[in-house]
Amino acid sequence: MTPTISNCFEVSGEDFSRAGEASGKIKTILKQLGYDKDAIRRVAIAMYEAEINMVIHAGGGKAMVDIHPDRVDIVMADQGPGIPDVEKAMEEGFTTAPDRIRDLGFGAGMGLPNIKKYADSLSIETQVNVGTTLYITVRATQQYI
Amino acid sequence: MSEFFHSVTLDAEKCRGCTNCLRRCPTQAIRVRDGKARILSEKCLDCGECIRVCPYHAKKAVFDSMDRMQEFDYTIALPAPTLYGQFNNLRNVDYVLTGLLQLGFDKVYEVSKSAEIISETTRRLMETGNLARPVISSACPAVVRLIRVRFPNLCHLVLPLVSPMHAAAKAAKVEAAAQTGLPLQRIGAFFITPCPAKVTDIRSPVGPDQSWVDGAFAISDIYPRLLEKMNRVEIPEPVADSGALGVSWASSGGESTALLREKYLAADGIENVIAVLENLDTEQVGELEFIELNACSGGCVGGVLTVANPFVAKARLHRLRNHLPPASIHPESNAASMRWENPLEYTRVMQLSDNLTEAMTMMQEIDRLCALLPGLDCGSCGAPTCRTHAEDIVKGNALLNDCLFILREQAEAAGINLSGLYHRTPEETEKPL
Repeated sequence: MTPTISNCFEVSGEDFSRAGEASGKIKTILKQLGYDKDAIRRVAIAMYEAEINMVIHAGGGKAMVDIHPDRVDIVMADQGPGIPDVEKAMEEGFTTAPDRIRDLGFGAGMGLPNIKKYADSLSIETQVNVGTTLYITVRATQQYI
Repeated sequence: MSEFFHSVTLDAEKCRGCTNCLRRCPTQAIRVRDGKARILSEKCLDCGECIRVCPYHAKKAVFDSMDRMQEFDYTIALPAPTLYGQFNNLRNVDYVLTGLLQLGFDKVYEVSKSAEIISETTRRLMETGNLARPVISSACPAVVRLIRVRFPNLCHLVLPLVSPMHAAAKAAKVEAAAQTGLPLQRIGAFFITPCPAKVTDIRSPVGPDQSWVDGAFAISDIYPRLLEKMNRVEIPEPVADSGALGVSWASSGGESTALLREKYLAADGIENVIAVLENLDTEQVGELEFIELNACSGGCVGGVLTVANPFVAKARLHRLRNHLPPASIHPESNAASMRWENPLEYTRVMQLSDNLTEAMTMMQEIDRLCALLPGLDCGSCGAPTCRTHAEDIVKGNALLNDCLFILREQAEAAGINLSGLYHRTPEETEKPL
């Protein structure tokens, strides 16, 4: 049987300094596993962007990560305001982040486009006033088996 | 020489098996076994952090004895610019350099001079050499080793040039051979070092095939002898040949300043360096051209083999720079001769197994064990954290009941009431259990 490593993290809703905790831990685990280094980088960036999105827009959420030998499946789920127009949100530079967030250098409208760029697949389930769930998959291109 | 020569070693006599070094090691390379600290060779960076925190002075840095000068017909001192910051009211570097000559060296060659040449070469390479951005400095060997074992995606960014110490040794020896007619192997070049990582970088360099440096003397070792000579210098010999830009390499930010570019970041202190590298790894740092990282707080002035407080040394160097020309004048440097022979390659020392499926099975077991352990990271099992303890168990290097809390549970399950011990009066404790 092929093993799967599952991890679940709470993503804090208030604290920017804690955004990146979950992606940082996953990065460490993937390095210890000897995972494909390009995949490690893409997982870390995609997850970090999703974490920052949760802090800015959704007041936190959950990150669930399943590591398989050939791919990493990431589910980022929040109970935030939802995304009214997903197509618009996927455009580079489109943002609904308030000015105070943008002043901090975040919320430049690159979050979802970046996730899409680095992931092998991305699907978004969202409902206004209910929440948003991202399903992200990053495939390993090289394996050390 | 094995791949993992180390200049940081342990004096087992003095080690009390406390957990100070265990907790501070940035790569979790220390374990306490049988009451003594042990350094896991493949993970150690020789950063010197454990030397700094050991209250019993059981961690030591290996460096050469000055007797080694006898092995050569002609000897060259290579003073790190940090050396100049060790002396109060120094306005003329020639006092230090003359002092070194009086200690028996035939020649001094300032590492700060090579630093200026490296800066200039780096400037040119960044303009024309298609270097991937941001360029990460390769001057601090502990940082280079850290990137090599922990940051696979950053290895290609490290500046592929030798550090000023190596460049100085090569230039000085070639020059001395031409002047004296001696063969190179009769000429010895000795670095006056602020840190153990540089000693390691001489014995087993990461970028170049081989170092031109023959040995290293610790600043702290040479300091009293040098001071004595310096105090007797009346008219120093005019041998200084470097300027403010080279000398500034001794403290954090100096190398960046010498590049004359604006988009740089300079971080110092190993924990801060790791944080910056983690950010860089996930592309969170924005647009930068150059990243200067020093494992020691303050830069090389914070090295564990120095004498002066790093902030005091930094202030002194700042003043000294006012008495120096901006930079030395040197002939056009040859970038090719400073290039690393070997590109920096990721070394998988943190990896659980070479086989991914096996590594994943081990990781599952680690997660299972972590749930059993108390999560206090107290260090009393001999590993720095509960997680590393679980890793050690899975690798077969430790037992679950090395954890005192698990041991107590097991004892109590076996009917031995350890907690009862706490409530006994002294008289009762005298009696056998």
